[in-house]
Amino acid sequence: MDARSDLPQGTLDLLILKVVALGPVHGYSVAQRLQQVSRDVVQVPQGSLYPALHRLENRGLLAAEWKQTDSGRDAKFYRLTRKGKAQLEMQTASWRRLSEAVALILRLSEAGAE
Amino acid sequence: MTWWRRLWRETALERELDTELRFHIEQHALDLVARGVDRREAVRRAHLALGGAEQVKEQCRDARGTRWLNDLFYDIKFALRGFRKLPGFAAIALVILALGIAATTVMFTVINSVLLRPLSYPESDRLVAVHGFTDAYGEVWGFSYPDFTDLRDASHSLTAAAWTYGGGTITEPGPPEYLIGRQVSAEVFTVLGLPMVHGRAFRAEEDRLGAAPVAIIGYELWQRRFGASASAVGQRVLFEGRSYTVVGVAPSRVGLEGEADVYIPLGQNTDARTRNREARFIHVMARLRPGVRVTDSQAELALIARHLATTFPQSDGGRTLLARPLQQEVVGTVGSTLWLLLAAVTVVLVIACVNIASLLLARAVSRERELATRVALGADRSRVIRQCLTETAVLGVAGGALGVALAAASIRPFVAAWPGTLPRAEDIQLDWRVLAAAVVVSVASGLAFGLAPALRVPMSGLDAVLRGGGRTIAGTSKRVHSSFVVTELALAVLLLVCAGMLGRTLLSLSSLDPGLNVHNVVTARVALSPTVLATPDRIRAAWQDVLDRAARVPGVQSVAITDIIPMRTGDNALPYSTTPVARTGPDTPVALASTASPDYLAVMGIPLRAGRFFDDHDRIDTERVLVVDEALAVQAFGRKDVVGAHLWIPAMSTSPLTIVGVVGHVRHWGLAADDQSRVRAQIYYPFAQVPPSLLRLFSSFMSIAVRTRVAPLDVVEPLRQELRGAAGDHALYQVRTMEQLVTGSLARQRFLLLLFGAFGAIALLLACVGVYGVLAYLTTQRTAEIGVRMALGATGGDVVRLVIRQSVVLIGIGVAAGLSGGWVSARLLERFVEGMRPPDTATLAAMTGVLAVAALVASFIPARRAGHVDVVQALRQD
Repeated sequence: MDARSDLPQGTLDLLILKVVALGPVHGYSVAQRLQQVSRDVVQVPQGSLYPALHRLENRGLLAAEWKQTDSGRDAKFYRLTRKGKAQLEMQTASWRRLSEAVALILRLSEAGAE
Repeated sequence: MTWWRRLWRETALERELDTELRFHIEQHALDLVARGVDRREAVRRAHLALGGAEQVKEQCRDARGTRWLNDLFYDIKFALRGFRKLPGFAAIALVILALGIAATTVMFTVINSVLLRPLSYPESDRLVAVHGFTDAYGEVWGFSYPDFTDLRDASHSLTAAAWTYGGGTITEPGPPEYLIGRQVSAEVFTVLGLPMVHGRAFRAEEDRLGAAPVAIIGYELWQRRFGASASAVGQRVLFEGRSYTVVGVAPSRVGLEGEADVYIPLGQNTDARTRNREARFIHVMARLRPGVRVTDSQAELALIARHLATTFPQSDGGRTLLARPLQQEVVGTVGSTLWLLLAAVTVVLVIACVNIASLLLARAVSRERELATRVALGADRSRVIRQCLTETAVLGVAGGALGVALAAASIRPFVAAWPGTLPRAEDIQLDWRVLAAAVVVSVASGLAFGLAPALRVPMSGLDAVLRGGGRTIAGTSKRVHSSFVVTELALAVLLLVCAGMLGRTLLSLSSLDPGLNVHNVVTARVALSPTVLATPDRIRAAWQDVLDRAARVPGVQSVAITDIIPMRTGDNALPYSTTPVARTGPDTPVALASTASPDYLAVMGIPLRAGRFFDDHDRIDTERVLVVDEALAVQAFGRKDVVGAHLWIPAMSTSPLTIVGVVGHVRHWGLAADDQSRVRAQIYYPFAQVPPSLLRLFSSFMSIAVRTRVAPLDVVEPLRQELRGAAGDHALYQVRTMEQLVTGSLARQRFLLLLFGAFGAIALLLACVGVYGVLAYLTTQRTAEIGVRMALGATGGDVVRLVIRQSVVLIGIGVAAGLSGGWVSARLLERFVEGMRPPDTATLAAMTGVLAVAALVASFIPARRAGHVDVVQALRQD
């Protein structure tokens, strides 16, 4: 069985926003970063990456512009908008709260089992 | 980016999406190659990692949020392609829908403009017409001038105004011409709320006896005769031999029963009848004062009427006053005809909709497999429903657009074809409300047709549908189809019965004897030159001159003058009595009185039953004589030969009048209306015995009637030339042949018959198309079954009988339902159309016969086709 787990629902957007927040990037490097940073633990389906990027762009959280890469090729670069930044902060905070709560519950039940 | 910009830039976005994904794959592949993977293998892995490029693209397109629009676009394109593949179906559906919508739009436009939309005066809802009411005569519009001035001065709740007819000849500036005129009280233009184009309205002090003669000219006359110059105000005009100063130019659209050329103050009228409280010839209208409600005003009117009744019991006893919305008076009685036509048109529209629904349903059932395939390929239910709705909405919108265009083109011809003049015809135009209604009807009917087939789309048991391929027909579908056919047939029968009854009525009415010989008679009103109207002697001489000159015109056989022409508007009803009475009460019988010159009987071809008609020996100084018709003889004396008897007619003389002759009854009120009219009895008295004091007034009513040896219209021009008079300023107008007048008296019936006939024919056609379509569809669906039957020994004839039997049942139910509906609507017509006959079995039978035969013929075609089914092919099908 594959050891890597699927992304929980709704977290892909958060991860994309976080990666893009580091500076303008194109879609391929978003995919690469996600994979590298998560040390291959989380499987990022490349197929759903682009629809997610486009959705965020349409919602005005990301802005895109065509620029040349270092190797001189045209690529679509995404960057965070002011609205995207606010969204990122809000989602990060809410994710923290949620994961802490989940961790707390898990610890509690482990203690009860012992 | 807003969604519409995303839609706008669709091609650019597609290109960018493609580039972006290609870049991704190439970068991935490059990375892999850098790690030592073979180039081709690297590309393969990169593709694999991304997943199907097309799926990714689809998801990206979804993310754009313009998906529904794209789908709509594709659905419309698909629908159009579908219609192109079945042009016959699409064309029939479009034509049916367009006809139905056009007819309804025209009727709705006319009703909206004439009946519903307020009059085009400012605050027109505050305008009322004031009518009198007595128990004996009911509600009448006529007011006497003294009653009007009393009302005007007494009322605090409304500002009253009065007007009456007053045409005449203008002689300066320009050539002599007969003008349509109105005598109006000073308040008329204020009450209507219409400012003058130039100059001013009449002042109160000008609206009295002895004031300086002033006139207001109509807009059209101002354009035509005064070159639309502002200097027309202040000019002098010679009208009816009197010099008037023009003080104002009235705007167009002053609707006092049509536009007038000239207005003069009613208060300056010196006729004796303006001082007679019993001479009720004046129209009164009023505007409610600010803050007053109609009910308040009504209470005040009742008070004023009671006061008048106690002060003048002889003339105003028992008379009360009523305020009616002015719109109601302007529009008159066309309402019933219009609503009748709207009802008929709606029936046609319903038939059209049912027809299209059944066509679409048949198509949907035969498309069951296509839709099932779509579902099998992953379309969800809402998607399929949306596709079906789009198809029918396209049909609905296209039909609606076509229908509105057709309606816009046919409104004018419709108004022109209206018998007589349609009130407010100038107000009729398509407005946005009608357009909105048409669009809503078309889209709604489109959606309604679309829903039924869409809901039939199967969501489960797809395999059965895909495998079975419609070898069986679901029971519901068959029932729905049958009910469609029955509805169509029933509605068609209803319209046909109405058309049949109208036709029969028209036939029996036109065969009625009008009571006179209408061939080769021409009539015209004559306006004598104002110069000859000075003295009674000169007036008499002038009329004798008219008779002499007309008799000299080649082709003229005989000539007469009279004040009332049969079947033309204008009448004079007088109370009479067979015993000497001082006064007449409300129960006194009334007869239609007209004056005529001696040759009148010969000109009109009215039969003389007893005694004699007038001759040159009946003079003002001889015994006062009368000729009556058979209707009066029977009504007054109970017998036909009444020569030598006497009548007392207070309006004409205090002494008895001797009856010297009896003539046949003439249908004065028209072929249709005469039997039901209140006043039928007729009295004739010699023109020579009209009192000198009334001659001037009578001269404004007189017409000439001429019997010709040649075609009557051929003598009109010579007659016009000959009758110009010494000063060349007599005028001939309202020229009509008696045949035109008789035909015109049935115009309403003929018009209704024409429309109901057309509607009935359309309904018949649609119903037959419906019967044909449904049976053709049902038999096609049963092909396999028929094949089995024939394989087991049934002959072609058996199969034909089988199909026909099925349609006979449908036709029978439809006809039965339609007959009861038709009987009810024919009864309804009887209430609204004069002379309408009650429904009779012969007409009912004939009309249902026509429909039944047509429907059977329509069902015979698919039946015959079923009878010729090739057994082997039928069994091999599917």
